[in-house]
Amino acid sequence: MTRLSVKGLTKRFGGLVATDNVSFDVPEKGVTAVIGPNGAGKTTLFNLISGFLPPTDGRIFFDGTDVTGTPPERMAAIGLVRTFQLVQLFPQLTVLENVMIGRHVRTRAGLMSALLSLPAARREESETQSKARALIAHVGLGAQTERLAGVLPYGQQRLLEIARALAAEPRLLLLDEPAAGLNHGETERLGLLIREIADGGTTVLLIEHDMRLVMNTADRIVVLNFGAKIAEGTPAEIERHADVIEAYLGGVAA
Amino acid sequence: MTSLPATIFRELRDPLNLVRHLPTLLAVGLVLYAIVAGGYVVALAGFALIYAVFVTGLNIFMGLGGQASFGHNAFAAISGYTSAVLTTSYGWETLPAMGVGVLGAVTLAVIIGYPTLRLKGHYLAMATLAIGLIVYEIAVQWQSVTQGYTGISGIPPLGIGKWEAASDRAQLIVLSLIVILAMLSAWRIRNSRFGRALVAFSGSEDAARALGIDVARYKLAAFVVSAVYAAIAGSLLVHIVGFVSPEVFGMSMVIAGFTMLYVGGIGAVVGPLVGAVMINLLPETFRGLKEYQDIIYGVALIMILIYAPGGFASMSTLWRGAPSEDDTIARDPGLAVNALEAKP
Repeated sequence: MTRLSVKGLTKRFGGLVATDNVSFDVPEKGVTAVIGPNGAGKTTLFNLISGFLPPTDGRIFFDGTDVTGTPPERMAAIGLVRTFQLVQLFPQLTVLENVMIGRHVRTRAGLMSALLSLPAARREESETQSKARALIAHVGLGAQTERLAGVLPYGQQRLLEIARALAAEPRLLLLDEPAAGLNHGETERLGLLIREIADGGTTVLLIEHDMRLVMNTADRIVVLNFGAKIAEGTPAEIERHADVIEAYLGGVAA
Repeated sequence: MTSLPATIFRELRDPLNLVRHLPTLLAVGLVLYAIVAGGYVVALAGFALIYAVFVTGLNIFMGLGGQASFGHNAFAAISGYTSAVLTTSYGWETLPAMGVGVLGAVTLAVIIGYPTLRLKGHYLAMATLAIGLIVYEIAVQWQSVTQGYTGISGIPPLGIGKWEAASDRAQLIVLSLIVILAMLSAWRIRNSRFGRALVAFSGSEDAARALGIDVARYKLAAFVVSAVYAAIAGSLLVHIVGFVSPEVFGMSMVIAGFTMLYVGGIGAVVGPLVGAVMINLLPETFRGLKEYQDIIYGVALIMILIYAPGGFASMSTLWRGAPSEDDTIARDPGLAVNALEAKP
């Protein structure tokens, strides 16, 4: 089964072609990674898939449905949630509240039920809280639950952002350079967490520069260069691919 | 879900917390003193309580939602004038007149909020400023209804049915109850899915959208909710004073509201009460300075923004349990961002 299918996706900013006729499939099971040198168009690709940018051309299918041009808040509601290259937390809220916000699309309580403190709203609120606590403990931030998100060390902020995204129970989780700024040990733990998420049934699509993380966690790899796809395959295949070596080593081999 | 009384009890059990909550306790104490003592201080306490309601509305839009509005006096004016006209010219009772006034303000909030909330930052602030000025101008020019600068007098006091809050003391008690309701509702909003959505987009619109929060819709909802508080305050004001003229809802209302919001502590549930009481009652200690009120507001605002951006209520963060020593970083998103970027 295919979770996500990208067909002929193109994005132009004036004369610049950021994404050039890119097509690939993300299978339902496992971890797919998008790699490529800086400026290869990886983040633009994520912005297109998650609905933050409309494509100039091409289509995006999510579980078989055409979702091209769907705004991000709708995408989240139908099960596609992303994280950001520069961590985007709600710094003035606690770790717990950050993750509770992740439950937004899975909860319903409105303004009136909150004002009247209706039993249904109270029940939902305590359920949201207990689910959030479980997720926080799961990513290893249990001791930080009541701290403000803005004061956490960087590595923990990364984990918090992932926990918050998981709270929405996505079918497809997009991680934009989750290892950026992490040290070696943190990256290793992150790899285990990503594997665990994928094994739990959530499809993971990740952009990453850290090749060790990609080679250890990804089942499939898509390689971009200058906005276009130049290779696709298993980590073992990609490692040997001539065009990929060329793109990364910049013609030194030639 | 933690209830407000439980939180208050927990907070006050620890004697150290009594110090942190001193501004709040002082504010409540001053209001109680006014109720007991009566006299001149009653009028001031009344104003403080009405403004506490007005600023609570601003706090929801600005403190939680992170937006800026310079035009909430428009909603107070709409509701205040509706109350005044319906009770004096048409013999309506206070409560239904207020209800119609609030509905009018809500309608205006939806009509102007829908297009303007798409604007960001300075543009939104300018648009709301214009709305406040337009409503003020209408109050001046539409003489057949508002009687222009002359104003409308003889507005009946607050009351339900036959009962009227005729005495100063009764009025203060009614106002206190309304303020308690305003604080309770703000507390419930803040600690709900709705309120968290507002704080979320004030922190990061992209992250909020990525998590499925319809930012445009929630911004409009926050705007309308805050307009309801402003409208209620506007009606209360005309019924307590018994008179209304355009100046009552002029630009000075916005400036006073902002000062109270920041002095009390933007974002904190009790902030509006603390700020309103401090700004209304404390300057009275220096009677001679009355003419320099706007200057005092201005100086107070600047001092607070520089030295205590969290306001006085930040000493008593009734929003949540005690934030830790690194609170300053969390309160200043800019600092937090710098802290992040400093990391490799």
